[in-house]
Amino acid sequence: MQLTFIDWLIMLVYFVFVLGIGFALKRYMRTSNDFFLAGRSIPAWICGLAFISANLGAQEVIGMGASGAKYGIATSHFYWIGAIPAMVFVGIFMMPFYYGSKARSVPEFLRLRFDEKTRGLNAILFAIMTVFSSGISMYAMALLIQNLHMLDSLFLAAGIPLSWIFHVSIMISAVIVLAYIFLGGLTSAIYNEVLQFFLIVAGFLPLVWIGLKHVGGWNGIKMALGPTYTHSWRGMEHASTNPLGVEWFSLVMGLGFVLSFGYWCTDFLVIQRAMAADSEESARKVPLIAAIPKMFFPFLVILPGLIAISVPTVQDHLTGEATTVSRAAPRSNTSAAIAQTTVPKGDVHAVGSEGRGLIPVKVNAITGTPLVDEDGKPVLNYDLAIPNMLLRYFPTGILGLGLTALLASFMSGMAGNVTAFNTVWTYDIYQSYIRKHESDAHYLWMGRAATVGGILLSIGAAYTVTNFNNIMDALQMVFAFVNAPLFATFLAGMFWKRATGHAAFSGLLAGVLAGLAHIGLTLPAGEGVSVKGGWLRVVHHYPSEMAQNFWTAIWAFVVCMIVTLVVSMLTRPREERELVGLVYSLTPKPDERKLPWWKRPVTLAVVVLAMAVALNLIFA
Amino acid sequence: MGLDIRIPLGLMFLVTGGLMALYGLFTRGSAIYEKSLDMNINLIWGGLMFVFGLVMYIMGRRPRRLVASRVQSTEEPLGRPPRH
Repeated sequence: MQLTFIDWLIMLVYFVFVLGIGFALKRYMRTSNDFFLAGRSIPAWICGLAFISANLGAQEVIGMGASGAKYGIATSHFYWIGAIPAMVFVGIFMMPFYYGSKARSVPEFLRLRFDEKTRGLNAILFAIMTVFSSGISMYAMALLIQNLHMLDSLFLAAGIPLSWIFHVSIMISAVIVLAYIFLGGLTSAIYNEVLQFFLIVAGFLPLVWIGLKHVGGWNGIKMALGPTYTHSWRGMEHASTNPLGVEWFSLVMGLGFVLSFGYWCTDFLVIQRAMAADSEESARKVPLIAAIPKMFFPFLVILPGLIAISVPTVQDHLTGEATTVSRAAPRSNTSAAIAQTTVPKGDVHAVGSEGRGLIPVKVNAITGTPLVDEDGKPVLNYDLAIPNMLLRYFPTGILGLGLTALLASFMSGMAGNVTAFNTVWTYDIYQSYIRKHESDAHYLWMGRAATVGGILLSIGAAYTVTNFNNIMDALQMVFAFVNAPLFATFLAGMFWKRATGHAAFSGLLAGVLAGLAHIGLTLPAGEGVSVKGGWLRVVHHYPSEMAQNFWTAIWAFVVCMIVTLVVSMLTRPREERELVGLVYSLTPKPDERKLPWWKRPVTLAVVVLAMAVALNLIFA
Repeated sequence: MGLDIRIPLGLMFLVTGGLMALYGLFTRGSAIYEKSLDMNINLIWGGLMFVFGLVMYIMGRRPRRLVASRVQSTEEPLGRPPRH
């Protein structure tokens, strides 16, 4: 890829603003409260945009584009079933406890509700998970820069070996994220996430616009791909009749309930953004405000994947001459118009005759030969759906914007995890177990040191992530056995006053172990024994990796819930007066009567849910 | 915080959109726009981004209105303060 000065200039402008925000906010970072909680002074709409932007890591943009190309519009279940209901639930029911209890983190809330050991277990698991997530973002970004040959000309001109691109990319992203969090803490991360949100929208909206125009709009996609790819609920009665390879029960229960609620309701990465809001009212609105753009994100990140497989396959390697792409038997006037299109030379990744649309076949990195699955079919590199779309439709200039948007998405994911890590490390591990009675200045210093440490650990994690075809699958596997049982613990803790600390701890531990054991005992179809499963003994095969993930989550949740309930009955509960503000039945409900009906969080929640139902019906 | 996010956000879109629109203006009719189906996407999208940036910047620079009085019952913390 040959970038011109305008592309580099646009990227430079973005990095200047990102670092500028860090420097501008440095003077406001006086206490640990400012650094870790943004002084609890941020308006709801800013926190709301940061709430979804922090989640816009590698799995969102590249992963969802890849899944859009692989599974079709059914990927939207990750939003309309797998996010919106949980975001409404956390806003309406859980945020009053998080914000009202004045806990500084999710693990700290667990200490208030249960006990120290439950907090410790959660803090350690969460810290590992954030480092892993941040590392994945970093790895994916470096791999993308390397695969797109973005820096090749610069490296060749400077006489640096091209093999260094991956390492240099990791270092540059690490240094930038480190700089702006180190300087401005959570506020800097939140402000940059807002910038990144608008940049991602600005970068991807024209891509969808041009892409749709090219393939003849949604009707063109429907005609090119057929109903399997363009209906989200069709064939969900059985795992073998839909592209996801899951049936409706595991989709609704595994993704829509356990995984989704486990992530959005308990993951401190996103909860931290809501906790930074300037009032409890604002904090409740944060996930609800976030849910509105979130439900339209499929059109920004999944649709490009569908467009990528709808366009005619690029038949030849693009080695210098203009390449003509053609489609057999165009079935409408619109597709006739795109049947013969000239692609300007030298950009789009060579797809070859075995690829599909703009998706090339995956190639063995060492031998250069195309990879095939057990049935001898070529394995497509879906992760290149979005990058190839950018290269296909964006001329120089806006290409710089598109690539900047892509880099921004990786950085927002990384930064979100690093701020969550430094807070949990400092408050829930360092202050709780290592140095208990230090000054606030000391913990502020430790927060900055933890930022450096978190970045270094993320770099380590980035180098360990190599074994997955689809980045999202890897994250889902981790969330399945870490977040899923945690939601059971929260449900029991917030809505049942009898739940005890010993029960929460043993339930959480049992849930995580049950999730791990489930992975060890099962395998997705077509996979051999590996980290993906079967390493204990294979007792069951799932039709897909996704089905295995969903059932891992269900098992982890159910085991955690049962153990929590049983152990609670066998142990002594806390006094009711100690649980005021922490358990639903013992806590005064937020009084919204003084607000006009249209400003009440509940009204917003109803509107959000109605919109999500409408989207499900439209694309059913 | 003392910094209104709409100011840097507006400025970033003003600069980026302005650069794109200017580049689009100087490359009118260029073959590079074959990719974007013969639309001068730099000029169109850069212009839109510029306008968005301007609106954000102006909104961020306006004097702030007084914050509405807080809602008593929902502003009060519901739980006990953390023990440290």
